[in-house]
Amino acid sequence: MNQVSPGAAGELLPPTASEPQHQKKGLSLGDYTERLALVGAWIVVIVVFSILAPETFFNVRNFTTMFGTQTTLVILALALLIPLTAGDYDISVAATLTMTGMIVAVLNAQHGVPIGVAIAIALSIGALIGLINGFFIIFFDIDAFIVTLGTGTIVLGLTLWISASQTISGVSPWLSSWVVEHRLFGISYEFYYGLLLCIFLWYLFDFTAIGRRILFVGRGTNVARLSGIRVGRVRWGCFVAAGIIAAAAGVLYTGTAGASDPTSGATFLLPAFAAAFLGSTAITPGRFNPWGTFIAVYFLVTGITGLAILGVQTWVQSVFYGGALVVALSASRIVTKRRERAARL
Amino acid sequence: MDQTLVVRNMSMTFGGQRALDEVSVSIRRGEVHGLVGQNGCGKSTLIKILAGYHHPDPGGELEIDGRPVKLPVRTGSASELGLSFVHQDLGLLPSLTVVENFRAWRISTESEWFIRWGRERERTEEAFARFGLSLDPRATVGDLPAVQRALLAIVRALDDLAEYTKDDDTRSGLLILDEPTVFLPRTDRDRLFDVVRKSVALGASVLFVSHDLDEALAVTDRITVLRDGRVAGTVVSAETEKDQLVEMIIGKRLEAFEALHRAHTVADEGHVTVDGVSGGTIENVSFTMKEGEVLGLTGLVGSGFEEIPYLLFGAEPAEKGRLTISGHQHDLAGMSPSAAIKAGMALIPADRQGAAGVGSLLVRDNVMLQIIDRYRPYRLDRRRYLKDSREALRQYDVRPPEPNMDFQALSGGNQQKVVLAKWLQAAPKVLLVHEPTQGVDVGARLQVFQTITQAAAEGMSVVCASSDYVQLAAICDRVLVFHGGEIMCTLVGDEITKDRITEQCYMSARTLRPDKDMRMRA
Repeated sequence: MNQVSPGAAGELLPPTASEPQHQKKGLSLGDYTERLALVGAWIVVIVVFSILAPETFFNVRNFTTMFGTQTTLVILALALLIPLTAGDYDISVAATLTMTGMIVAVLNAQHGVPIGVAIAIALSIGALIGLINGFFIIFFDIDAFIVTLGTGTIVLGLTLWISASQTISGVSPWLSSWVVEHRLFGISYEFYYGLLLCIFLWYLFDFTAIGRRILFVGRGTNVARLSGIRVGRVRWGCFVAAGIIAAAAGVLYTGTAGASDPTSGATFLLPAFAAAFLGSTAITPGRFNPWGTFIAVYFLVTGITGLAILGVQTWVQSVFYGGALVVALSASRIVTKRRERAARL
Repeated sequence: MDQTLVVRNMSMTFGGQRALDEVSVSIRRGEVHGLVGQNGCGKSTLIKILAGYHHPDPGGELEIDGRPVKLPVRTGSASELGLSFVHQDLGLLPSLTVVENFRAWRISTESEWFIRWGRERERTEEAFARFGLSLDPRATVGDLPAVQRALLAIVRALDDLAEYTKDDDTRSGLLILDEPTVFLPRTDRDRLFDVVRKSVALGASVLFVSHDLDEALAVTDRITVLRDGRVAGTVVSAETEKDQLVEMIIGKRLEAFEALHRAHTVADEGHVTVDGVSGGTIENVSFTMKEGEVLGLTGLVGSGFEEIPYLLFGAEPAEKGRLTISGHQHDLAGMSPSAAIKAGMALIPADRQGAAGVGSLLVRDNVMLQIIDRYRPYRLDRRRYLKDSREALRQYDVRPPEPNMDFQALSGGNQQKVVLAKWLQAAPKVLLVHEPTQGVDVGARLQVFQTITQAAAEGMSVVCASSDYVQLAAICDRVLVFHGGEIMCTLVGDEITKDRITEQCYMSARTLRPDKDMRMRA
């Protein structure tokens, strides 16, 4: 039971807590700085690389490529965001991405299943993985991190099995055409899919009752439960949503390459986490939020692209993403601590 | 050398309030000395000074076994000084074995390269045998019945003292038992008292802090009563009656009074009927409430009164029981918070930041959570939402009435107003509150009282579980006094005064409870 032992409120009154003196009206300059720090850092990175590599980095083609090719990461990071907001880690999303991408390739290229049907099956499998995750996490009350570590590994194993560890190519060009070939303002369609999902999640988290409930579940499980929110159902639903969105990322990934390989999807996991945590320091600091995540992905990608253009070798990618995750975690911790301290004053 | 502990002129001031005022107590060698008094009388302050947790005002003196001790007591030096504490929560790790718990402290402070578990087990068994007990050293503590856990904690504390008194006849050491029996079934307490008496026979002295006067009278040689931070007197237990002690605790004699004992027959016409609820400490409790009634639930620590709101709301699992709210019947065994809310209940828990509101989220989201669906499903009408939340904060006089700040930035009293606003906006039929003014400043406390009585005046039935007797006297129409998980008496009308409630909490006649293994409190 969560109650404090009954005290002596009658006899010994605590010293009267002072009322907060200032009335907070709107946002202060400091708030804006904090909110937009990541955007600022992004601009700094762009400026620095533009000076270092004026020809190769600072041109339209480079930017349209950067925007047009990273949607898989954007969508995977947004998939993560949902369980993270509800207070759970889902580290099976990268495996889900790999498997569903492979399913589309195997069904369409090897078995001649129409591409639309293959996509529908892939999305259903994403939902199924979320259902299974939720089942073990909610019913057996196990830590989500460990469960999804396990299920993610199972899913990767199954992916190797259905693909016989081979890259499967020959996916219907229709998919590629709608993912990378069609362009709007010079940028591939897939960029706009990520943007649409970002807008949808923004709407969901900020403008709907269900978004508020997810937030309460993540921040105060007990408060949520005692407020009549069915905590288990909400968390479960978040895993299913993450599974479906990760599956969509898988479909796009296959569409981007026109083929699917059974291993490379795993490399998305860390950048996705880095983006989600880095994003939580921006726009709505202290909270996982879609716009912050969106910007964080492109900030990270700009950094990587710039380094690649300067001729730095590919191992730097791992160092850069890993470093970004640790820095992002520290920064988001500082943000929360600062808010808690501000509350105590 | 016949005094084990001497406390002279000990005072302690908190923010201008004297919690202890020139208190002097002495405990003789080989004596079991009781310490009793109401909540806030200074008992726990005194214990915390001995433990080095509080720094007393200058001027007080402390002597142990004839040696003066420098104040404040250095934290962590208790066992060197010859003091050994057993607190209510016992300080055991339930997932470890008996021997690990028994020897944990020693083992972790000695630098041994290789722990010989066989030898440790023998030592543990020997220590238990000294007190005529047997306990499998390999058993997991969490699996033991409550009484065995308590005994383990006490024997462990005595073993610490043995280390201190070893090789020095002038030392006796003091075992301090701070309400160790609160969660024990009565029949098991005798076994614990046997151990206390044996330890005294072996040369230790005991300070026995308790709420239970029968128990204190039975086990102690003398009793010191504290009242409002002062010593109200020290009496010889064998020559003292319980009502004399109650008089010393309250500070005056109340005229003879016959409370309505066990008057909780179930009536049909009640607005709210609770029939035979059991769960946790609570056993088969029934009561009815009228519309607009404020019903107080109280009792001493361990009586279970505070569990009732959580059981009714489904926040804690009830074993059985039926609840009827204006004609609709609900099975309490299957109750959940969401079902309770649908049934028209609201719960304001004592744990404000852990169970009532989320500190890191905005005030507006905290205050609007219960009525968020009024803003059309899947579309929060932002402007109206913000306007309404500000309106709610104004109505309940939250200061500042600013919806866009973190809940944790508000003072305790204002947080409680937000929580009240959150639930009352949803217009429940039954409001369940637990310690509604704990950690709330004086001004806000009155506002909370007003809000609750106002809600009742509008027809809500309010259940208020509290150990704050002043508060109960201020807002309740009726008070049920609990003991051992059952209602022991009902106070109504003029009988509801702070002193009368105190008296009944201590005096309540008691029946033996069936021997039942209690779950360990987390």
